[in-house]
Parts: sequence; structure tokens; C-alpha cells
Amino acid sequence: MIIELGHFALVLALGIALVQMTLPAWGAHKNDVQFMSVAPMAALTQFCLLSIAFFALTHAFVTSDFSVQNVWQNSHSTKPMIYKISGVWGNHEGSMLLWVLILALFGAAVAVFGQNLPDQLKANVLAVQASISVAFLLFIIMTSNPFERLPNAQVPTLPLNGNGLNPLLQDIALAFHPPLLYIGYVGFSIAFSFAIAALIDGRIDAAWARWVRPWTLAAWMFLTLGISMGSWWAYYELGWGGWWFWDPVENASFMPWLAGTALLHSALVMEKRDALKVWTILLAILTFSLSLMGTFLVRSGVLTSVHAFAVDPERGVFILAIMMFFTGGALVLFAWRSHLLKNGGLFAPISREGALVLNNILLSVSCAVVFIGTLYPLLHEALTGGKMSVGPPFFNMTFGPLMVPLLLAVPFGPFLAWKRGDLLGAAQRLYFAIGVSCLVILLTYGYMYQGPWLAPLGIGLGIWLIAGALNEIAFRVKFMQVSSEESWRRFINLPRSAYGTALAHTGVGVMVLGIVGVTAWQSEKILHMTQGQTVSLAGYDVLFKGVQQQKQQNYNEIIGHFQVRKGGVEIAQLAPSKRQYPVEKQTTTEAGIYPSWWGDLYAVLGEQSSNEKATVRLYFNPLVRLIWLGTLLMFLGGAVSLSDRRLRVGAPRKAKSQNKAVPVAAE
Amino acid sequence: MTRKQRRFILIATCLGILSFALGLILYAVNDSIAFFYSPTKVSELNIEPGTRFRLGGLVQEGSVKRGDNAHVQFVVTDTNQTITVNYKGILPDLFREGQGVVTEGRLSHEGIFVAVSVLSKHDENYVPREVVDALKEQGVWKGGGQKPGSDKGNANDY
Repeated sequence: MIIELGHFALVLALGIALVQMTLPAWGAHKNDVQFMSVAPMAALTQFCLLSIAFFALTHAFVTSDFSVQNVWQNSHSTKPMIYKISGVWGNHEGSMLLWVLILALFGAAVAVFGQNLPDQLKANVLAVQASISVAFLLFIIMTSNPFERLPNAQVPTLPLNGNGLNPLLQDIALAFHPPLLYIGYVGFSIAFSFAIAALIDGRIDAAWARWVRPWTLAAWMFLTLGISMGSWWAYYELGWGGWWFWDPVENASFMPWLAGTALLHSALVMEKRDALKVWTILLAILTFSLSLMGTFLVRSGVLTSVHAFAVDPERGVFILAIMMFFTGGALVLFAWRSHLLKNGGLFAPISREGALVLNNILLSVSCAVVFIGTLYPLLHEALTGGKMSVGPPFFNMTFGPLMVPLLLAVPFGPFLAWKRGDLLGAAQRLYFAIGVSCLVILLTYGYMYQGPWLAPLGIGLGIWLIAGALNEIAFRVKFMQVSSEESWRRFINLPRSAYGTALAHTGVGVMVLGIVGVTAWQSEKILHMTQGQTVSLAGYDVLFKGVQQQKQQNYNEIIGHFQVRKGGVEIAQLAPSKRQYPVEKQTTTEAGIYPSWWGDLYAVLGEQSSNEKATVRLYFNPLVRLIWLGTLLMFLGGAVSLSDRRLRVGAPRKAKSQNKAVPVAAE
Repeated sequence: MTRKQRRFILIATCLGILSFALGLILYAVNDSIAFFYSPTKVSELNIEPGTRFRLGGLVQEGSVKRGDNAHVQFVVTDTNQTITVNYKGILPDLFREGQGVVTEGRLSHEGIFVAVSVLSKHDENYVPREVVDALKEQGVWKGGGQKPGSDKGNANDY
């Protein structure tokens, strides 16, 4: 019954989305307030209906209702409750339902928080948002309905249990990875809808950017966290000792992130200086298009990926069609209408705007490079029929060098004035950061003389970003220049967005330190060990104490026991394991990790291990934790900056009165 | 500075960065592209020893031998031709005899494929598309339970 209710709500949501797509857009065209006011109501209703649908499916998973095909395929009654719930989106149908739910959530949020938006803009935005909803709801109902019952599911023939969830997905980080990633992907739809609405209107101003930026920032934050969580999961669950593999599925989420980061910075220029309008609109379109492409690449399985799950090519074609329609349509509209957008403020090449333009060029070009590397195999196959893959060396060799000038430039940005900046002056103010990073480079050369010669420079780059961010805050509070009370007063009164920027840029620096550390100085040993044998790696002595079998709720586990000593003193126990899931007939690896600030000791147990002989892979991953710590700081930076919005409630209100005035004057 | 000069600087910067990126791509592409071959293709094309490529097919039943210090040897077959693969490391969890596999590495002068990586998959039912196509070419693709996207095939994704 609840399943039918959910199914019904899903179809009803499609109907509401159709209304929300057409009436408000028509109203905006004819300037009919009645039609336009349908939009917020419809957006809220659509969200409620999809919530009902989603909860109905969740209910089926929680109560293990195996008459529903999706539950039967992906759940099992012995699974822990958390994975019954995460199983809702741990499969294709459910995850698409989550996708549209989040889409509707963002639509509803615009309806609720957008009270002060100009009517026409709001109606158009919600109509565009609804059109995306319509496309994906059609996709769900026609090709991937999560509410389908098992064929001929009469009570006596009901299956007693389900097929279980892929054990790799039965993991806490991966339980939250898809929702976070989707909030990021789908959140960019708001920027997209605003861009399309602006093109339809043929009018755009700083208020537009002030509206789009928080939404983009929120989406970007969650995408950052989602990608980071995926990387963290791959690190400890796949047992390869790596954290990023330049795999198509990873790239699929990374491209919208790069474009979104560029969008974040260009929207800043638009908000503050009324410049870069056309470019920002284009970037908003491209960012969401890349999100759609990410969905397509992951869903369709056209690319062989280390993260590949079984997928259905026919569904891929449907998503490809959706992607073509929205990207193609938006670009046509852009080509047709973008000349209407008049560009505002002029600026010199050396200025805050100029720095942000450089940021945008480098980010877009590196995004394009990732795009080429990811899709080249597809193109090659289409043209020649031959199959090939583009490996990590390609991305390291192309992406890395493009990031270096970008990261070098970051600390300069906040020191340059809007309109016309002074590069030499900025460099003088950055003397602290320059000094610290040079010192660190020299010290690293002295201490790590045997590693790659580039590595200390990389460490210096990370320190440069961190010190640069601190340097900026110190400069703004006039640290050591005025009395400490005065500095403190300035420190408190600094806008939160300044702290957000500094925190996020610090995060990038911390991440760079981690990446350089683990790339340059990782050490690895693969060997057979017998009970009582000791092996040393990176200053640790690792003693193999034997294996032990254990039975858990829904898997059997072989655990290897290792003792870690440093200088003869025991400091930790490692317990890497192999888990066998009888229901899914699958084995997973759990790495044993001893974390520390300087690096992780990381152990993986090989197959067919026993007390006499175990295959063991040991890694020492220096500084690796800083990678995720850095992304966390970036997320926090975004959050701090977002909290600043409330302090500026007055600004949009002022814009509203201006916007109200403009259409009257135009008529 | 006039408007024209500003625009020139902007365009020059764009072009400079683009050509830098293009240069990097052209430089990197030679070294890091791996073509995919089945054992039949490898013998047909007479691949030079030392060329990096991906080899895919089925792991022959009964061919997996484990040596000292995590050395593994197995035979990859497309039922027409076979190639012996040497690998040092821990095999992915879903590596099984009789199932599809993709490995990346180089042929030695003795005709043995020295793998640097064995691709893992995340899903019991997933068969790399290349392997499916290679087996189809040999006319031995059985489809059914192994087919990507069939029945339970669509099950797990994230």
C-alpha cells in the first residue's frame, strides 16, 4: 500500500512539474502575476510529493519488503539498519530518485528563500528547474522505476530474502558519499536555472550574482566534501594505498568541481564589479552540463573504470538525450541572447578582477584537459573502433603544471585592489609568506635530500598558500602595526567572507602538502610473511602475529594481526582483514591503518592468508591525512563565507526595489 | 591603457595558457595511452616487447600459480589465443579463475606479459566492456548471467 502511495506521488510529482514548467514561464512572458505565482506553490508541492515517494521507498527498504523488485535486488534482512537505509540510494533506481528529490529540494528552497527575487526572474528560474525535473522524472518512470513489484509476486511465492547490497557499498563513508555528491551536482542546477532565466529575460545585474553565488557556494561545498569522502573511501576500502586514480568516474565528479570553482570566483567579480557577465552565464551553463555529463558517464558505463559497477547502456542513451537537450538548448539560447547582456566595469590586467580572470582561465583550461583525457578513449573508439585508455601519467603531466601557476597566484589575489592593482606592492605585503615558504623549501631540501628534487618545491608551494592566507588576515587587521587591542577589534570586525576565503585557501595549501608528501615519499613493500616474522618500513618494525577468523552479522572475516613498534616500543596494532559476504558471494578488503600526522602506516592482507604464510602489502603514506584535512578546511571556508550572507540582508532588498523600478521604466 | 590593449592582453594570456596546455597534452599523450588488445589481437598485430598496453580476456581455469613474495602467474585467454601474465602484488578481491580480467603492462622478450596493474571491479556482475567485445569477436560470449545490465546487473552503483 505504502509502495503504491509512493508510486502515485512520483507520477503526481511529474504532473506538478509539468505545470510548474509551463504556467509560470507563460506568466513571466505575458507579465501575468497570477500565473507567475503558481511557481513557488508548485515547487513546494513537488518537493512534498517526492519526499513522500522517497520515504515510501525507504520504508520498503527498512521493513525489507521483498515484493518490491528494487528492494529484493539490493537489500537483505540481515543487513545492519544503516545500510538498509543507505541501500535506498545504493542502487540505480533509488539514487535517481534521490537525484530528483534533491533537485526539488533546491527548487523549494528558491521558492521559500526567494521572497525578494523579482517575480519574473523567480518564475523563470522555477520553470527551468521544473523542466529538469520533468526530464528526470520521465527517465525514472519510463526506464528505472524503483516502485516496480516483482513480476507475479503473489504471497506464497514471495522471496524470503533479498540479494543484498554490494559489500563495497556497505561502508559508512560510502553511505553518505552519494547524497553529498548529489547535493553538489544538483545544486549547480540552480546556477543553471538562473542563467537560463537571465538569458530569457535578457537582463542581468549584480543582484543576480548576489543570488547565484550562495547557491553555487553551497553546491560547491557539498561537492568538495562528496569527492573527498569518495577518495577517503577508495583509500581505505580498495586497499591500493592510493587516494586518487584519475579514473573516469572520479573525473566525472572532478570536472563539475573545477568548473564550479571557476564559477564561484567569476560570480564574485560579477557581484562586486558588474563585469564578466557573459562569461559567468556561460560558466553556469557549463558547470551544470558537466554535472549532467558526470551522471551520464557514471550511469551509462561507456567508460571502463576501476570504479565500474554493472550498468545499463540503454538507460545511458536516455540520460545522454537529456544532457544533449539541456546543454545544447542552453548553448543555443546563449548564442542567441547573450549579446543583450551589457558588460559593466572595466579593469586593468593587474587587478583583483584580472587575478580572478587568470584563476578562471587556468581552471577552465585544466577542466578541458581532464575532459579531453576522460573522453578521448570514447572518441578514439568511435573513429577507429580500437580501444584504449588514458592513464594517470597523462593527467599528472598535464593537470599538474597547469595548477602550479594558479596556486602561485592565489595569495596575490586578495592583495590586489579592484580595478587597478599593484603587483609589486602586493609582493611587498606578502614578504612574510615569501620568507616562510623559502625557508621551508631550504629546510626540506636539507632534511629530505634523497627524495625527488621537485618535492621540496611542492612543499614550499603548499606553505606559500597557507602563509599567504595568514598573511592576508594579518595585513587586514594591521597586525604589529597598531596596538594589539586595535588589531583585535579589527579581527572581530573583519567580514566572515574574508575568513572564509582565507580558510578555503589554507585548505588548498594543506591539501597540496598532503598530495606532495604522499606522491614523493610513499614507500611500499609487498611480501610473504610467516608468523613471528618482522619487517621494517619507514622506521617502523611490523611483526606478523597470525590470522584469526571471525563471524559477523552478515559476513565472515579473516583478520591479520600485526604489531607495530618504533625503536623497540610497541605503538600500535594493525588489523587488516578480508571480509567474505556469503549473500553477495563477494570479498572485500579492509586496510589496517595506523594514522599519525606525519603519515599513515597502511597494511593490506592478501588472499589465502593463514598463520603460516600471509601475503602482505605494507605502505607508508607520508602526510596523506592532510589531503582530506585540506578538503575539510575548504568545506569549512565555504560554510563560514556562506554564513556571511545573513549579514547582508539589506543588500538584496535594495536590489529588489531597483529591479522593480526597471521593468516599469521599460514598459 | 586603452580598451584595445586590455583586450589584447586578455586574449594573449588565454592563447598562451591554451597553447601551454596543448603542448602538455601532446607531450603527455605518447607516454600514457594504453591500447586494449585481446590475446588474439596481440599475436595478430605482433606487438613489440616493451610497448605498454592493456590485455584483457578470461583468466584460464587452473592457471593461477602463486610464487614467493606475492608473485602471481596466470593465463589470459580469449579461447583462441593465450598469454601468460606475471604480476607482483595483491590481486583484486573479485579476481577469479574463469572470469573476465583487464591488466595493464608490457610484453617481455620471452612473450610473457609483465603486468603493473590488474584492474579491479566493484561488482560481481560487472564484466569490462572491452572483454565482452573481445569475447564476442571470438564468438564465445555467452551473455546471460554475465551480461552487463542484465537482470541483477543493474543493481549496484553509486
